[in-house]
Amino acid sequence: MRRVLAHAGLTAGALIMLYPLLWMISASLRPNNEIFDRPGLIPEHPTLGNYALGWSSTGTSFGIYIMNSLIICAAVVIGNVLTCSLTAYAFARLTFVGRKTLFALMLATIMLPAHVTLIAQYSIFRKLNWIDTFWPMIVPSFLATDAFFVFLMVQFIRSIPVELDDAARIDGCGAWGIYRRIILPLLSPALVTTAIFSFIWTWNNFFSQLIYLSTRTRLTVPVALRGFLDATGSSEWGALFAMSVVTLVPVVVVFVIFQRRILAGMAHTGLK
Amino acid sequence: MISRLRQSVPAYLFLLPWLIGVLGLTIGPMLLSLYYSFTDYALLNTPEWTGLHNYTALFQDSRYLHSLRVTFIYVGVSVPLEMAFALAVAVLLNRGLKGLAVYRALYYVPSLLGGSVAIALLWQQIFGSDGLLNDVLGIFGIHGRGWISEPGTALWTLILLRVWQFGAPMVIFLAGLRQIPDEVLEAAEVDGAGRWQRFWRVTLPLLSPVVFFNLVLQIIGAFQAFTPAFVISGGKGGPSDSTLFYTLYLYQQAFGNFRMGYAAAMAWVLLLIIAVFTGLNFVLGRTWVFYGDEGVRR
Repeated sequence: MRRVLAHAGLTAGALIMLYPLLWMISASLRPNNEIFDRPGLIPEHPTLGNYALGWSSTGTSFGIYIMNSLIICAAVVIGNVLTCSLTAYAFARLTFVGRKTLFALMLATIMLPAHVTLIAQYSIFRKLNWIDTFWPMIVPSFLATDAFFVFLMVQFIRSIPVELDDAARIDGCGAWGIYRRIILPLLSPALVTTAIFSFIWTWNNFFSQLIYLSTRTRLTVPVALRGFLDATGSSEWGALFAMSVVTLVPVVVVFVIFQRRILAGMAHTGLK
Repeated sequence: MISRLRQSVPAYLFLLPWLIGVLGLTIGPMLLSLYYSFTDYALLNTPEWTGLHNYTALFQDSRYLHSLRVTFIYVGVSVPLEMAFALAVAVLLNRGLKGLAVYRALYYVPSLLGGSVAIALLWQQIFGSDGLLNDVLGIFGIHGRGWISEPGTALWTLILLRVWQFGAPMVIFLAGLRQIPDEVLEAAEVDGAGRWQRFWRVTLPLLSPVVFFNLVLQIIGAFQAFTPAFVISGGKGGPSDSTLFYTLYLYQQAFGNFRMGYAAAMAWVLLLIIAVFTGLNFVLGRTWVFYGDEGVRR
């Protein structure tokens, strides 16, 4: 009896929490005059018209925004996987002068609020003529600035037996060979976690894309979506919801595929 | 010494990208923005030294002080609520119910999507005067109001949006709860401890390092919240500045008014505030975080 009650409560809770999302999907499938005053989920006259309308109504195809977002996401994923693993390998396995100090510095940057570097970064990127380009979003990821991932990988590498390194060294591998042939293959679960979170966070990242991008054809999904109602000059709520659903789909798909790894990664490191 | 330095060469080659990043994109810009905070700088001019003027001006700026108040209310209300929900649901889920993985995934979905612009826009509709919430209330004959357009309630919709995302700390709590050995709880039961006593006297102390970890992370994150307030208020922080988050005011000063020096001073004060709160957490944490059992040590 207790169990039935618990299940009933948990299901009801989940339903209430997810209701807004379900309602948004339903609203995206209705004509505009049917969206308001209808809290139910079943559209009376279901239509895909909002999707067709929303896709082109900002004057630039929504496909362009998605492409821009995907380019930035792909670059960030590659950058983070590559440079964070190099950094993590050095911290976890190599001995060098200043290791403790630099490691502490790396940990401290995890907690650093981005705003304290924001203004100066902006003025530096402006001098480099990088405003209104993708570089301010991409370049930092090739310089291992997301220390969260470095820390995640350091923890993971420490759980790989050192004997494997020693064996490779006897076989004639240097530091690079050990990184390339031993560590990198064994690190792949952490690399996948890093790739997933890099993708989701970059896809949803609004702030830097807002301040750096301005030309309409260079906008990314979040920035385009936020200017949607201004750009269409009307309250096309149906079309807006349709495009909102489109922007959420990639994240949901990634979540469904990698659910276990995402939740395990969260549990291990407290990533948000 | 020379040979130790020589030994360090390979490591520094591996660290090269990170070193460039940490110097060029973190420490350098930090110091540069510290310098800007003592100047009058509008991006196009050369920065002009004004000493402490930006900092003294901050504390005479009533909008700034207001944004501090809004942010403190937001952090102070949403973080404890979010943590309480996360803990309660995690404890409920941890009782060996079937379908744990499904519930865990469903409750996590809002955390996954919650920070996006799409959800902020959805929130704007739900809590609008003819939005979803008022439609639902209408079924029960309750006449709602414009939750987002009225200064008295706008901030609360943002607090609710954060609490809605309790899934992320919940997942971490669940992982922590799993590490508590059953024997400990059974021993307490044998000794006659009831359900509540077991929770307060056994589960919670053993979970306290995880609670602490979550608390620190959530507070740091909440102070930096930006997207929902920006999207829902159309970038203005309205109505009547009731959703003027700290970061939103910083954005307005930097990229609306191009008062870069002023915004840099705001950023440094924010860093200090977060550092003080994190430090305070660590000091207070000593009184309630329990590190006695190897089994739960992170």
